[in-house]
Amino acid sequence: MSNLAISVTDLSKKYGAALAVSHTNFQVPLGTICGFVGPNGAGKTTTIRMLLGLITPTGGTGQILGEPITSPENYLPQVGAMIEGPAFYPALSGAENLRVLATLGGFPQERVDQLLKQVGLAERGNSKYKTYSLGMKQRLGIAAALLPNPKILILDEPTNGLDPEGIQEIRQLLRSLADKGTTVFVSSHLLSELEIISEYIVMLRKGEVVFAGPIQELFDQQQPYMIVKTENIGDLEKIMAIAQSAGHHAHIRDGAAHIEGPAEWAGTLNKLAFEVGILLTQLSPQLPNLEETFFEMTGEQK
Amino acid sequence: MIRSIARIFFAEWRKLRRPTLLIGTLGAVAFFSVLVSSLLFLMIDSPNGNGDRGIRITREMLSLPSGATQAFSSIGNLLGIIALCVFAAQTAQEYSLGTLRNLLVRQPGRIRLLVGKLASMKVFAVIMTLVSAVISIGVSYALAGGKDVNTTLWFNSDGRLEIAKTLLNVFISILGFGIIGMVLGILLRSPISSISLGVLWLLIVENIVGAVKSSTLQWLPGNQLGTIAVGGTESVSYTHALSLSGLYVGIALVIATVLFTRRDVAN
Repeated sequence: MSNLAISVTDLSKKYGAALAVSHTNFQVPLGTICGFVGPNGAGKTTTIRMLLGLITPTGGTGQILGEPITSPENYLPQVGAMIEGPAFYPALSGAENLRVLATLGGFPQERVDQLLKQVGLAERGNSKYKTYSLGMKQRLGIAAALLPNPKILILDEPTNGLDPEGIQEIRQLLRSLADKGTTVFVSSHLLSELEIISEYIVMLRKGEVVFAGPIQELFDQQQPYMIVKTENIGDLEKIMAIAQSAGHHAHIRDGAAHIEGPAEWAGTLNKLAFEVGILLTQLSPQLPNLEETFFEMTGEQK
Repeated sequence: MIRSIARIFFAEWRKLRRPTLLIGTLGAVAFFSVLVSSLLFLMIDSPNGNGDRGIRITREMLSLPSGATQAFSSIGNLLGIIALCVFAAQTAQEYSLGTLRNLLVRQPGRIRLLVGKLASMKVFAVIMTLVSAVISIGVSYALAGGKDVNTTLWFNSDGRLEIAKTLLNVFISILGFGIIGMVLGILLRSPISSISLGVLWLLIVENIVGAVKSSTLQWLPGNQLGTIAVGGTESVSYTHALSLSGLYVGIALVIATVLFTRRDVAN
């Protein structure tokens, strides 16, 4: 068996003339947490739906746990998923909603109580779903996704509506699942969260993959930079000139000079500034983060 | 295969047995059963008739072995409309609530899912039929004495056979209405639209068309299903109604199955 949890080749989906997903290629190794990012309408949910057999691709192929996505019955018993937010029967309790899915999937009913406890809904499990807050609905959706004790967990925006404490809990939960060998494929708009937990990233823009691979590889492709502030704000222009004469791109933003270059060059810059009598009040080497990289690669406005 | 259909059946049953739906539906069934059965006996001497559309059902007719189920068979249409609403709502809500994607992730075999859901709703229809039969026959028996209707033939071997035949006919009729509701639910994907269209067609369109041109009653689907419940009428034979209903329901099921299995679940 291959060590890939998910593998797609040239996967495409067309709605009429519009190409929602275009010749997508990416692979997700087993046991990793993979962030799936892209602006609204980039094709994330369409891709997830194709992976789960809910919609039929118009082109390309895909495999989950080595099984073709055209035969979802072969792999879905080992996959947990929450797509486009939680969806349950409002007149049933949270626990009863999970029991419907446990019965359908042939999972032991005891799992329901365990999972309600795991996602912090033990005390509200018998309340009707329609009385739940958005955060509680989200937790129930995650519990439903965990019902099969999945090898792959596919989550679409799992932290929507959660408070910071809830987000942290979900982060810890995903981390602990990955530590136990579960592959987590998670789409989210909270890029800072994904940056913390993801080892892999798949980035989509307008239905096309702009990056797929280890997150470190993504950052390695980005230019590090440093933020420089001077005692006299008028000296920023001189700092820019020094940087540009040394071959570094630079611009002034928010009262500071942003200079592209490795952290090691900071010492040289400091020395050059000192030599022309400029006192630096801040010299911070920065590594690009996922959010900045995302905006740069997808061409989205910050 | 059978095991997975059984799981779908029990999962669907968890939804169908919820008190608001089960008690609410059976409450409506009980109400109509009591109402129609009571009117049949209490208006037995009315010059305006005591049956459907002013038909007079006499003491002599009610004293026959079929007397016990006379009221029950004429409730068939109402029970059918209740079944249509329940089946349509149960199917269409999977789309409108977005729960279909959860079901399909847990059970990707779409035909199996449809068969399991239908099997569960069939049991619901059986319960509706039995509750209505018990109440209707009970009310009829209780009122018969006070209206000088002889009930000696009701529960002899011929009477019991009539009860069994009517139970089967009403069940077939209810199931037909229910399947039409399910098909509408799959086609329209909205409980309100599917129930509205179904009820509008059965209660208004068919009645108007049938009143304007009575020959169309031979072909209208709701009328065929209603005819099955009463075991045939003067204008439409039981065999004609049964075979034509089977054809209509069969075609509807094929369309629904193709749509359900091929259509993307995109919302």
